[in-house]
Amino acid sequence: MCDCVLQIRGMTKVFSGVKALDSVSFDLKAGEVHALMGENGAGKSTFIKVITGVYQPDGGVIILNGRQVQINNPKDAQKFGIAAIYQHVTCYPDLTVTENIFMDHLEVSPKTGRILWKRMHAKAADLLRHLSSEIDPKTLMSELSVAQQQIIEIAKAISTHANIIIMDEPTAALTKNESEDLYKITDQLRNSGASIIFISHRFEDFHRVADRVTILRDSQYIGTWGVNEISEEELIVAMVGREIKQMFPPKTAVAREEILRVKGLTKTGYFSDVSITVKRGEIVALTGLVGAGRTEICETLFGIMKPDKGEVYFENKKIRIVDPNTSMKLGIGYLPEDRQVQGLIMNWSIQKNITVSRLEMFSNRGWLRPDLERSKAEELASMVNVKAKSVNAPALSLSGGNQQKVIVAKLLLADLKLIILDEPTKGIDVGAKYAIYEIMDNLAAQGYGILMVSSELPEVLGMADRIVVIRRGRVSKTFSRRDATPEKVLEAAMPIETAALCQE
Amino acid sequence: MPKRKELITGRKSFSFKRFFLQWEWLLVLAFIAVNIFDAAISPYFLDMNNILSSTMNFLDNAFIVLPMVFVIMLGEIDISVGSTVALSAVVMGVFYDKFHTPMWLAVLICLAVGALCGLFNGMIIVKFKEIAPMIVTLSTMTMYRGIAQIIIRDQSGGNFAPWFKFLSWGYLGSIPFILVVFAVAAVIFGLLLHKTNFGRRVYAIGNNEIASLYSGIQIGRIKLIIYTLTGFMSGVAALFLSSRMGSTRSDMATGYELNAIAMVVLGGVNIMGGRGRMIGAIIAVFIIGFLKYGLGLINMSSQVVLIVIGLLLAVSVALPNIKKSGGKQRKTEEA
Amino acid sequence: MGKRTKNLGRFQRDWSRQVGLTLFIIAVSVAVDIRNPRFFSVVNLSDMISNTAILSILAIGMMIVIITAGIDLSIASTMALSGMVTALTVQANRGLSPMLALLIGLAVGVLCGGVISVFVVRFSVAPIIATLGFMNAYRGLTYLVSHSNWVGPGQMSNGFMMIARGKILGINNLVIIAMLLYLLAFYFLNYTRFGRQIYAVGSNAESAKVSGINTNHVLFTVYVIMGAFAGLAGVLWVSKFASAQGDTALGYEMNVIAACVLGGVSLRGGSGKLSGVLLGSLLLGILNDALPLIDVSPFWQSAIQGAIILVAVISNVFFKRRVEYKTLARRNI
Repeated sequence: MCDCVLQIRGMTKVFSGVKALDSVSFDLKAGEVHALMGENGAGKSTFIKVITGVYQPDGGVIILNGRQVQINNPKDAQKFGIAAIYQHVTCYPDLTVTENIFMDHLEVSPKTGRILWKRMHAKAADLLRHLSSEIDPKTLMSELSVAQQQIIEIAKAISTHANIIIMDEPTAALTKNESEDLYKITDQLRNSGASIIFISHRFEDFHRVADRVTILRDSQYIGTWGVNEISEEELIVAMVGREIKQMFPPKTAVAREEILRVKGLTKTGYFSDVSITVKRGEIVALTGLVGAGRTEICETLFGIMKPDKGEVYFENKKIRIVDPNTSMKLGIGYLPEDRQVQGLIMNWSIQKNITVSRLEMFSNRGWLRPDLERSKAEELASMVNVKAKSVNAPALSLSGGNQQKVIVAKLLLADLKLIILDEPTKGIDVGAKYAIYEIMDNLAAQGYGILMVSSELPEVLGMADRIVVIRRGRVSKTFSRRDATPEKVLEAAMPIETAALCQE
Repeated sequence: MPKRKELITGRKSFSFKRFFLQWEWLLVLAFIAVNIFDAAISPYFLDMNNILSSTMNFLDNAFIVLPMVFVIMLGEIDISVGSTVALSAVVMGVFYDKFHTPMWLAVLICLAVGALCGLFNGMIIVKFKEIAPMIVTLSTMTMYRGIAQIIIRDQSGGNFAPWFKFLSWGYLGSIPFILVVFAVAAVIFGLLLHKTNFGRRVYAIGNNEIASLYSGIQIGRIKLIIYTLTGFMSGVAALFLSSRMGSTRSDMATGYELNAIAMVVLGGVNIMGGRGRMIGAIIAVFIIGFLKYGLGLINMSSQVVLIVIGLLLAVSVALPNIKKSGGKQRKTEEA
Repeated sequence: MGKRTKNLGRFQRDWSRQVGLTLFIIAVSVAVDIRNPRFFSVVNLSDMISNTAILSILAIGMMIVIITAGIDLSIASTMALSGMVTALTVQANRGLSPMLALLIGLAVGVLCGGVISVFVVRFSVAPIIATLGFMNAYRGLTYLVSHSNWVGPGQMSNGFMMIARGKILGINNLVIIAMLLYLLAFYFLNYTRFGRQIYAVGSNAESAKVSGINTNHVLFTVYVIMGAFAGLAGVLWVSKFASAQGDTALGYEMNVIAACVLGGVSLRGGSGKLSGVLLGSLLLGILNDALPLIDVSPFWQSAIQGAIILVAVISNVFFKRRVEYKTLARRNI
């Protein structure tokens, strides 16, 4: 009765006693783009992994083209015509594009088993041309940008003749233009008859490509709507399960004297001639496209990278950037973008994570004093309101928002004056974001200077006193809170290819 | 996942089960087993004096185990230590024999050469992060022993002052001098690893070097110190070894690096870094030492000892993994 | 023009290491020949190449292991064991055909490699630890089976010794075996599915698993292949030197790893080329051969060899940093 290619009924998956999927149902029609939305931890990734055979469900049925099937492993999924493009591109960085596309189904001569390289290179070139990409199939995967790698993954899906294609947050790491290209490719795939499950956080993706949307919350199926049947507000309510009235806390901090002045900072290949100032009590946002050089600017100020040119004045004194240790001693702290790799030691306790950057505070001539360490860690953890039973809980047992709070606590310990926050709310639940914003505002009110990198326009407009837009490694424009509008900021962030062409 | 908060454990309550299921207790059991075995095969073994003096046979290599725990805790490796022992011993011999320096000065030179070798390793590893420590120390392993060969050719040196013999053969009361020194060194290294800032930072680097960098830990400095310390302790081992052998040769201490690594890993220190304890490695030193000694007592050839040690190493690391096949899925879920 | 620079870039990416090594080898050879013209004589060159053959054979196996981000420290012990077992068999049956002797060695090697595979794959023991353990165990076993005696040329049959000393069309058997193995390995690694899967597993084991590659099977096979190469090399070694001892090839694993490292095989896994490994082995072989020719005392050999490895890897770092800086500077910012 239904023209569904894929039907899922009562899908359940349990991990060590916790339900990651609780009797979830889902329908995918032929030739539709079906958005799958939900907060982090709602069960989207698990759902995908069950469909692609990475996990085995503990209950429920999968019906493919009207036939009930079992998908025991990724190879099975491939046979059924299901292909997934994962959030973190899974590729072979040391191998060529052709091999990355064809690794699961290398073409060999039927008689000798010899790999037919020429044919595969030609086919790969064909596929890529079809996706309007000019990547040379003999390029190494590691030499490509994230967007290009994603195109390779799509080519790979097409090459296996997949008719169900799953895209797991494909636009998360893409710039605006790259996202546009991806939308086009998605449309093209749909028109050629493929069904697409599109997982995303961004409403823009949803409006631009999806036909229908299904929402998961707390591992459960909430509902499915046509794109035009539901408003953004209703979507949020469905995802969060409550209404979020206020996105940003009221501003209480007042800007005071200048604390940081950067003049003409340059790092070859990353950014050039960057000048920024930050005052005490002020929140300055660095925004722009991913890859414009924002993170690199911050990492340079913190001492991870060394600048090639330029001057940095901190509290009106010229400073030399040496390493993170020196920067922290001066009073510059950095909350890195990747919590799990750069921010935390995941299998360490909250306490050890908080104290690791300033151990000398808890020691007597190098000897650790566990009692001091514990009381200080507890004090800081409760200050930022980390939700955990004790500071002995390992960092990996915390949710993203709480992990972020632990990193903030770690920074607070270090007696800082300037805090650099790199995408502080990336991958955090809507509810937990508010808590982070409150902390930020609170810190500014206490007199910290705050430099925030963010790609989320609402966050930038809602939190920052001043907005510095970076485009291709240079400051393209600076706005005050009053002057900034989404349109103006976006315009300043977009690359001006045409202008550049005219100059040449 | 959604109901994560329920997973958070409270304040660590003391659990006997957890306490006794630690790797170190397994090692203690193994140690006791080895002693019972030794006692069963040789009536002479159970003599306390015998037990104590048997340690003279293997403790020189054990001095390298102590800093090697730090190196492996970082997730790195140093395979040049055996060659460093040879080079520092040979230089000491040459200074004493040819340049007639006083013995104490020769001893200091030996330690200095060891530390220098370690410092050189450390500098290259820190300066050129792109090169794996294994490769750096592989080349210096060849180089240091090569320099020792250049200096002394196929001769032997070191007609040392009489008191120098005391290092490996002397007793304080009924306790061998080398055992006393090792005990002191082991305590110092254990405290350094477990009770100080420095040790905590070493654990941090071993667990996640990137996060350590972003936490302001001076990784380069710590690595430099550890490699230099490793070189220095190789110098110490060189003193005791040449005292025991009564001479120095360019081919001494071959295989010491792999012995030391084997003991560290047997002691429960994870080769990927970040996990393990000093006490485990120290127990492992005595397990292997007494095992060798016991097998020697019944004239079991040293070749059998090689087999036993090799299998012990492979099996001991395999042991915790044998039942683990079910535990893997949870890990992927976390990611 | 765009195409040309792209091709040039690819050439640089693929071949810079090989070109650098070749230039270095030529430079060393020419320098040595100026001091002692005997270097470029046919006799010396063919000696040198046949001396390098065993090293280069082992380097193939080691490269395959390192591509999967593993390492094998046990090969020298495996060589000693296989060489000893074969030599003892030959001693007992002097009429044994050389071919059979080779097969016995091969079988011992495969068995040794298989045991390591079980520990690495089934019990997930880190390769460096598993092979360190069995390095000791196999070495001990060698002494055990030989009762710590050695088998000398008097106890070996002529046919057996001719395995490594005989010639076909004027070319030493060892060289022929090495060439055959290189051709075979080249085809295997570049033109078979399994060969590419080895690279895939080394490059990203997680996604290899997801895309349905049986990573355990790949890893298992890799150590068995290494064992087979070591077993074969053990027989060749014993045949060449006409002696099997407990300490045969002691420490040789480090030379083999060094050859791979010189040849540009990354210990991180995923990349490595046979041409590089061959050149790396040749460089080490030339150093061994050339130093005595220019009256450098043999006692200098180790130090020079170690220093050259160090200089090679460090200069490679400088080269890579330069390339990286250039690409950065070319970005339009």
